[in-house]
Amino acid sequence: MILRKSRTNAPLSLKVQSKAVVKTSIDKQGVKLGMWLFLYTEIMLFGGMFVLYAAYYTRYTSDFIEGGKILDLWMGTLNTVILLSSSFTVAAAIMAIRRSSKKTALVLLAISIFFGLLFLFNKYVEWGHKFEADIYPGSSTLEAAGYGSSMFFGLYYVITGLHGLHIVIGVTLLSISFVFILMGRIHAERFAILENSGLYWHLVDLIWIFIFPLFYLIL
Amino acid sequence: MDDGHQNHVLSYSKLALVLGILIGLTSITVIVSRIDLGVLNIWIAIMIAAIKSSFVLLFFMHLKYESKLVRISVVGTIGCLTMLIGFIFWDISFR
Repeated sequence: MILRKSRTNAPLSLKVQSKAVVKTSIDKQGVKLGMWLFLYTEIMLFGGMFVLYAAYYTRYTSDFIEGGKILDLWMGTLNTVILLSSSFTVAAAIMAIRRSSKKTALVLLAISIFFGLLFLFNKYVEWGHKFEADIYPGSSTLEAAGYGSSMFFGLYYVITGLHGLHIVIGVTLLSISFVFILMGRIHAERFAILENSGLYWHLVDLIWIFIFPLFYLIL
Repeated sequence: MDDGHQNHVLSYSKLALVLGILIGLTSITVIVSRIDLGVLNIWIAIMIAAIKSSFVLLFFMHLKYESKLVRISVVGTIGCLTMLIGFIFWDISFR
């Protein structure tokens, strides 16, 4: 029909030009690489914290071991299992979106968000017990216990606090992805937001894998 | 170009297997930590943590199916971190 019209009205080349569509392509590789670059800065951030921990561990070994005994091993183990499971559900949610099963992805993401909140709740209970026992930076018990113990619990609050902040950000990102799936903005063809949120969540899990033995398992 | 990587989809059961291994390793590390092995304790704990994190990186974070660029840069980052830790301990041990 367009052809017939162009024959009668305007030159064909003009018509074709006006109909030209600019094709946009998404640099999937670049989107992912950008996320990884950000994750490297996060690894260095927590890496620096771990170095600090290790340096003080060599100087105040006995104080650190005493401090480790005060921490609740079962709470730490429970939180480890919770985070590992949430990592699995996030990875499975990405797989579900790739297979276009929207409902499965939504359920899996909802479970992941729930796990994230559960982790935070446990952390709240755990910190609460420590505060009740008068163990917090600057408390009289820690002041009396000496510099090594203050250092151990100082690092404990800074590192688990910073990690907790990452959990809050991770839960937020997963919730945004959840809404975007509902709206149909994340689907089998475009799921970079979900994938990158997932990468972030796995990194938070990865960091906890190292926090757990350093604080809860030292004997 | 990268479609080969993009389209690779792990199965649910394989992911569940990875989760099983991770939880298994967690129980091992908790049990071992209750046995007094002296200096070995901390090294075993860190070794198990390293194994666990490789599982997370390779399968949950899809590193195994990622492009060469990403894989090399991850190794590079871990290399930088190792260098940082190495030099700091070099300093600490000669004080």
